[in-house]
Amino acid sequence: MSATGLRFGAPTGWRGWLLDAAPASRRQARLGRWYRAWLGLYRNGLAMTGLVIVLALVLVAIFAPLFANHAAAFTQTLQDRLQPVSWAHPFGTDELGRDIYARVIFGSRITLTIVALVSVIVVPVGLGIGLPAGYFGGWIDAVLMRITDIFLAFPRLVLALAFAAALGPGIENAVIAISLTAWPPYARLARAETLTRRNAEFIEAAELQGASHLRILFTQIMPLSLPSVIIRLTLDMAGIILTAAGLGFLGLGAQPPAPEWGAMVSSGRQYLLDQWWVATIPGIAIFIVSLGFNLLGDGLRDVSDSRAG
Amino acid sequence: MNGGPLLTIRNLRVVYPGDDGDFRAVRNVSFSLGRERLGIVGESGSGKSTTGRAIMGLIPYPGRVEADVMRLGETDLLGLDEKGFRRLRGKRIAMVLQDPKFSLDPVMTVGKQIAETHRYHFRSSKQAARTAALEMLEAVHIRDPARVYDQYAHQVSGGMGQRIMIAMMLIAGPDILIADEPTSALDVSVQQQVLAIMDEMVKSRGMGLILISHNLHLVASFCDRVLVMYAGQIVEICDAGRLQAARHPYTRGLLTALPELGRRRAELPQLLRDPEWLIDLPAGVGAAC
Amino acid sequence: MIELDGVSVTYGAGPTLVRAARDVSFRVPAGDALGLVGESGSGKSTVLRAVAGLIPHAKGIVVIDGRELSNRRPRESRKIIQMVFQDPYGSLHPNQTVDQTLSAPIAIHRLGNAESRIMTALTEVGLGREHRYRYPHQLSGGQRQRVAIARALILEPKVLLLDEPTSALDVSVQAEILNLLTRLRRDHGLTMLMVSHDLAVIAHICDRIGVMHSGRLLEMTTAAALAEGRVTDPYSQQLLRANQGFDASGVVIDVTA
Repeated sequence: MSATGLRFGAPTGWRGWLLDAAPASRRQARLGRWYRAWLGLYRNGLAMTGLVIVLALVLVAIFAPLFANHAAAFTQTLQDRLQPVSWAHPFGTDELGRDIYARVIFGSRITLTIVALVSVIVVPVGLGIGLPAGYFGGWIDAVLMRITDIFLAFPRLVLALAFAAALGPGIENAVIAISLTAWPPYARLARAETLTRRNAEFIEAAELQGASHLRILFTQIMPLSLPSVIIRLTLDMAGIILTAAGLGFLGLGAQPPAPEWGAMVSSGRQYLLDQWWVATIPGIAIFIVSLGFNLLGDGLRDVSDSRAG
Repeated sequence: MNGGPLLTIRNLRVVYPGDDGDFRAVRNVSFSLGRERLGIVGESGSGKSTTGRAIMGLIPYPGRVEADVMRLGETDLLGLDEKGFRRLRGKRIAMVLQDPKFSLDPVMTVGKQIAETHRYHFRSSKQAARTAALEMLEAVHIRDPARVYDQYAHQVSGGMGQRIMIAMMLIAGPDILIADEPTSALDVSVQQQVLAIMDEMVKSRGMGLILISHNLHLVASFCDRVLVMYAGQIVEICDAGRLQAARHPYTRGLLTALPELGRRRAELPQLLRDPEWLIDLPAGVGAAC
Repeated sequence: MIELDGVSVTYGAGPTLVRAARDVSFRVPAGDALGLVGESGSGKSTVLRAVAGLIPHAKGIVVIDGRELSNRRPRESRKIIQMVFQDPYGSLHPNQTVDQTLSAPIAIHRLGNAESRIMTALTEVGLGREHRYRYPHQLSGGQRQRVAIARALILEPKVLLLDEPTSALDVSVQAEILNLLTRLRRDHGLTMLMVSHDLAVIAHICDRIGVMHSGRLLEMTTAAALAEGRVTDPYSQQLLRANQGFDASGVVIDVTA
């Protein structure tokens, strides 16, 4: 709408290509959209910090053997037990003589596994229940929401304990337990987003063209609900990590000798006063990663808010 | 009360920096407002609403407002910060927006909102403020003010909501009222009523009124003078009655592009936008008719 | 082409009962354009949506092109009747490019030849290649409305419904869109049913005009009759007066609720 006479200082080069107001292909349009969103995130210092932390977690987990010695994390050397921070052991050793630095590095794999598995379960389940509930309304809505309410009623930790009692401890069961109590808010969120858009004119237009309900849900409504679900997930991630650590602390998550951070905190408890590093270092790792997800989620929400409406 | 103009603007400029370059929303706008009804007409993107907001100090960061002169009576508006503007808003200059649904607080009764405005500006007691609010509701021709006082925003119709907004905005006795598309969300018959009320209030209080709208006929039939804006500039200044004699091709184009009841043309003449209109006019000059 | 008989729509029940449309009947011959004019709450948009088949619980009979259509329309029937909505921003999905918006109906009805259909549709409404991959927020109001019209026409309907198609547009853009609609109607032999609160706009496009108030069709008249003030119903006269600019003398200001 604004002619060239009103704007000056327009960008050129690949930036200009991405920000071009008249894209010439589907790819250019989509990349341009992502780039603008990225610019919004990039400007937010805290969000970028969060992103860096999350990326660091991913990299460290994937390339763990490059950062630390696998053997050092699992070999018990009793004469080296409870050694303080030194050049040989940057974070000291634990009560069985294992290098804490190596354990923290390899423990990141467990953290990442839990985060990934929970996300992959919770988002589709939440969308799958919330979208139809909001779209169809009526008794479908009532039934689905009451099921959601039932699951909401369980406190996470209690359900996890119940599962551990029933199925035995282990990472997989911990993931299932966490997912079972984590999905209801996503269903609620998806339903709320759907209700907001339900009567929009572009939905009416789609109906008018003969689009089936499934098509409308998938191509029109889901893309609009996805951003807030993803943001919620990122913010929730911190809580999920802490819950997993809590389960580990109680001995219900990853079993020894797996270097799960929560379990490490737990086993280091008794040495807290004299050999503080055994419990504190993994605790700091949990804190940093939770904080990273939190900051990233906040940043994503800011970007999404500013682009909405 | 001096006889000078209520508002003097010379070479107002509003710029929004952005990713794709700077956007000049308003450039070299100059006019003065006396005790009259001035209409600012333009299409979307013309800068008319931005002009109104700049006068109220409502341009959000990172937008920048610059001008050679921007004076409300004797008060200089240029150097004012948010605190300074807040002292003026309501007391010396007020604004009515398009949709009362969005301007009224949904969780407070409408009467209380009007009373609160009074208390903020005059530090009056609750009782005095309530009385003043009821008086204002009567002044905007609401016949049962006590009952309407206790209603909430969602319970009143659009036209009623606008009357309430007018009451709220005028209770502190400002010199100028800026109305930004005040009737666009209303039905035609209600539009007439709201305009008539604004007319009466402005005349009886000796105020100046700036009516911002995209509706050329409405502005021409209601205001005394009309400013036509295009792409951030004033392209024409006209007495309302003489709008048909407008000189600038954009104004003429707008007039002929409107469908007319009774004169059916096979095709409406399309407004051909001459890129020459985008060139900066020397400050303060627009075609005058 | 369009026949309505006793169409009624009610929402809610008991104390919250709203009769959006009451027993509305009229006929539109093929190739004609009928306008429904009224203020908000008059029921004009409701009637339009009932004709479009967007109101599942509407009562009464709607006949399009000789076929009586129930409220739940089979997919095939959607090709005959399409609609252009009022809000050019709201009627396009914000995350879909123009290309995606136009591809959807082609995919739904498995029409094939997508590339040529899309380019033809764009050219017909006065848009070009440079608009094809833009998102709605990168288009002006007039351009969005053109996309909405292109989308409506891509299925080659016989009937085009228009819900205040130019209310949200600037004057100059409105003129372009009105000209576009006139041309398309002529070129495609469309039957049009248009709704608006602006008498001048309706009179420009439509031959016959129905005045609605509180869900009822008060009177059916023509553009010429309106222009000469030859309307019988007092509400129509009031509407006519109000459309003609501000007139302080004709206004009753006092209001109770």
